[in-house]
Amino acid sequence: MATHLDTALDPLVQAAAAAAPAKPEKHTVMMPIGVPGYTLRTEAREVPVSEPPVLAVNSELEFIGKPTERWDAHYKVSGQAKYTADIQLPGMLYGRFLNASVPHAKVLSVDVSAAEKYPGVKSVLVIERVLGNAELRDPKLETPSRYPIVRYAGQPIAAVAATSAHIADEAVKLIMVTYEEMPFVTDQLSARKTDSPQVYPGAADQAGSAGGGGGPHGVPQTGNVHGPSINKKGGDIEQGFKDADVIVEGRYVTQVQTHSALETHGVVADWKPGMLTVWASTQGTGSVREEFAQYFKLPKTQVRVITEYMGGGFGAKFGAGNPGVVAAQLSQKAGAPVRLMLDRKEEHLSVGNRPDADQIIRIGAKKDGTLTAIQLESFGTAGCGTGAGCAGPATNMYKYAALHTAENDVFTNGGPAAAFRAPGHPQGAFALEQAIDELAIKLAIEPLDLRDRIDENSVRRVERQVVRESALWKSRNPVAGADSGPVKRGVGMAQSVWYRFISMNSSAEVLVHRDGSLEVRSAVQDLGTGIKTVLAQILAEEYGVPPAKIAVRIGDTNYPVGPDSGGSVTTASLTPAVRDAAWQAKKKFLAEIAPAYGTTADDLQIVKGEVRSKSGKMQPVSFQRAAGKMKVDSVSAQARRIPDYDRSKYETYGGVSVVEVNVDTETGRILIPRVLAVHDCGRPMNPTQVISQINGGTIQGISYTLYEQRHLDPNTGLMVNPNLEQYKIAGSRDIPELQVHLVESYIGQSSTDASGIGEAAGIVAVGAAIGNAFFNATGYRMRRMPMVPSEVLAALGKVPQGGLKA
Amino acid sequence: MADSGQFTGDGESSATTSVSEGTAKSNISRRGFLRGAGITAASTALIDGVQLLHREAAAETIKGNAHVRELGPGPVPVTLNVNGTEHVVQIEPRTTLADALRTHLGMTGTKVVCDHGACSGCTVTLDKVPVNSCMTLAIEVGSRRIGTIEGIAQNGQLHPLQVAFVKHDAMQCGFCTPGMVMSCSALLERNPKPTLADVKKAVSGNLCRCATYPKVFAATLEAAGVAPEKSIS
Repeated sequence: MATHLDTALDPLVQAAAAAAPAKPEKHTVMMPIGVPGYTLRTEAREVPVSEPPVLAVNSELEFIGKPTERWDAHYKVSGQAKYTADIQLPGMLYGRFLNASVPHAKVLSVDVSAAEKYPGVKSVLVIERVLGNAELRDPKLETPSRYPIVRYAGQPIAAVAATSAHIADEAVKLIMVTYEEMPFVTDQLSARKTDSPQVYPGAADQAGSAGGGGGPHGVPQTGNVHGPSINKKGGDIEQGFKDADVIVEGRYVTQVQTHSALETHGVVADWKPGMLTVWASTQGTGSVREEFAQYFKLPKTQVRVITEYMGGGFGAKFGAGNPGVVAAQLSQKAGAPVRLMLDRKEEHLSVGNRPDADQIIRIGAKKDGTLTAIQLESFGTAGCGTGAGCAGPATNMYKYAALHTAENDVFTNGGPAAAFRAPGHPQGAFALEQAIDELAIKLAIEPLDLRDRIDENSVRRVERQVVRESALWKSRNPVAGADSGPVKRGVGMAQSVWYRFISMNSSAEVLVHRDGSLEVRSAVQDLGTGIKTVLAQILAEEYGVPPAKIAVRIGDTNYPVGPDSGGSVTTASLTPAVRDAAWQAKKKFLAEIAPAYGTTADDLQIVKGEVRSKSGKMQPVSFQRAAGKMKVDSVSAQARRIPDYDRSKYETYGGVSVVEVNVDTETGRILIPRVLAVHDCGRPMNPTQVISQINGGTIQGISYTLYEQRHLDPNTGLMVNPNLEQYKIAGSRDIPELQVHLVESYIGQSSTDASGIGEAAGIVAVGAAIGNAFFNATGYRMRRMPMVPSEVLAALGKVPQGGLKA
Repeated sequence: MADSGQFTGDGESSATTSVSEGTAKSNISRRGFLRGAGITAASTALIDGVQLLHREAAAETIKGNAHVRELGPGPVPVTLNVNGTEHVVQIEPRTTLADALRTHLGMTGTKVVCDHGACSGCTVTLDKVPVNSCMTLAIEVGSRRIGTIEGIAQNGQLHPLQVAFVKHDAMQCGFCTPGMVMSCSALLERNPKPTLADVKKAVSGNLCRCATYPKVFAATLEAAGVAPEKSIS
């Protein structure tokens, strides 16, 4: 498993598991296992007796697994959904950062006097601690100063809060900063050289976030190179290569991608005596509360975090962060609420990105395809942070006799990286899956057949079968570069892998009210992935009430703790707790109304929205009418996530992506007419939303592969495209005909047996699939991203690497 | 990065254009204005063309040239006709239409994403023509009727286009959704039977980072009563 994710998530899991009640009473149940239509069967599982009955496969259910309208869709299409950027409170001030204009410097002085006197300015702050950057293991290596060292252009230095956004903009321009500039380095290759300027004067480490990211701690550091972090599995790697009949080797280079969520990072902080209330654009209300409480030494009871809607995160939005901490301080000083939303430039510079990667992968195999050795050495820059490791796919996709990976972070004077949709995996798969394709060609084994031999995952086996039978795959000419014209067509495939992470911080409360209305509450936030809808579906299934009629109250730490939404944990973690709570509340409800019908709770059940007596003591009545018999206004039950039923039956998740390309070998343009994405995520709770995410991951992957690149000017250290006109993301005319095939699979691990799709959805495999399609089209291997025309023509040998020089 | 594929140079430019390009009623844009007037705290709005001036604002000082009036830098009253209702707001001349709607009228359905006219998240209509409200000064709107996302549903009933967006799940985080709906509803106003290519062109300026584009296409075609084109199998 990917080491960087283990370190990020496991302590949480273990700490929560340690606190769980010991040894609940268990019984044996039979659960559906496998893929309907292919491998479906039942298997025994030992589960706590307090668990609800086994949930049938989707085809036998009324609401779960059925295409369901997004619960909050009408608020989103009508402009009524209120995001953090939309919050306006009486007397609210507008916060603004002053950011470093140089990439590496000591700050000698910060003069805020003019800003403080500026009419309309209510508070000014000079930042004394910057969050997100790596920190020196030995802080004494730098002279103490009240001003943090500037490690990247765009690092926040000071901030103001004013009565209007215009005034705040003007006031920060009045702040005078004097720098003692230091040598800097912005590109990874230069930073690896022994004579490069040093981003840190000694070894430094960066903490991760709930979304993963961060790098290994305590590894060696030489100059800017933080690593290697070494992982060995199986036998001796040299012996593995000696045993190989065929060896493939390649160097793969990918670029820095920024998250570019449409809603920027930001908060509204309202600091009042006894209560700090924060509206945050976040993937983790719990993580935000945690960081605020820690930073300001407040009890958690005095921090409330609200996220009713948020405009995208993709891994970068956890914790209070610099905007949160600074807004709270400005609010405290001014005695008024402060909204601090980053602008688009700041969003590119200072709150995360996907690290680049420079990988050399080497794979040895026997003639029959058996992998004898996988060796990977990677370098990547997470700016002034860490977390550029990308060995996950090489480590976890296939079986091999020996594995040796060495991951290195390279410090540069750029903004710190953050977890980004399947951290490390799009980069890693770009190399691994092209190398496997190359191997298949050398061995003269069809690419799907080769993977059938080396991939033990039973669901991906089904997915490859779906691909094999698809019209798109059948249209593939196995001979590479067969087209005679200048525009060459190719089809390629690649696979993705992701993991089953569970956050035990997953609780919910379900309430049944006397008027028959139903409510579910959890602090969890909906990133646009649709967890609100899924929670409504779970209650709908238990009570026979349509999902649209369920009240879903989430995104508020006043409710039972919810998981932070990183690593695709949300659905897998929270849905079993919600179903358990719904089941327990139902039992309480039936006990509550049974006396009114002269019977007991055991005799009653809810079927298709009716309360029915098993013994016939009463005529069926509607759920709503029965609720009227309650003696109290509402009954409720709260439940928490219990551990997976049987971790020994663990399997990874993933999918297979197939891409058709048209490569114009004269202009270097790549067009993608068609994509087929075949994916699994356990039980799909709402196929409509799962498909939306797979569309999204696939297109985001195309965007990454063909267009996106953060450009830092090596001469100034400034980003030259910190906007959405020159930082190009996929738009409507870049969208292929995209078909998603969802593979339903059951693993018997929880009361819902569901999992998330965010990471595995497309983005991991698409880059490599485009690379393999490019080879199929042209007979040349495309080992660099983004695949802009200059790189394409270079790969075709028509221009030098890096394009023509003037 | 110039090799994007979005710019095709085919006749009609992106349906969402700034006022300066999209209509003949004004010849200033936010960019042009800022370039001409300079970005200072005390910047004043130099407006060429009296027809743009609000009635009350016309009482401001007239200096020399009868065709040049000076507004600001302080707030001036401006009447905005939003979704058929007139609102008088006191705004500085540099206030964008997006800011006037969001901050001064509390109509936050219109989103500001890039603030550069590059993403169409802030799309509203002026006399049914889609514009980027982040690139449009509120004072240059004049008497033109502003349409916003809040005005698409009528009497609490979603517009058929919105119904189709819901049905097709043409949204994820939802932050681009108001702009998408505005661009697509303007398309259907001027072209009730669009092709897939027409829809793609209409939203070619609308960026969606969740990449919900395929469902936006399907929803808009369905709302137009046009069957979505075949998908691969």
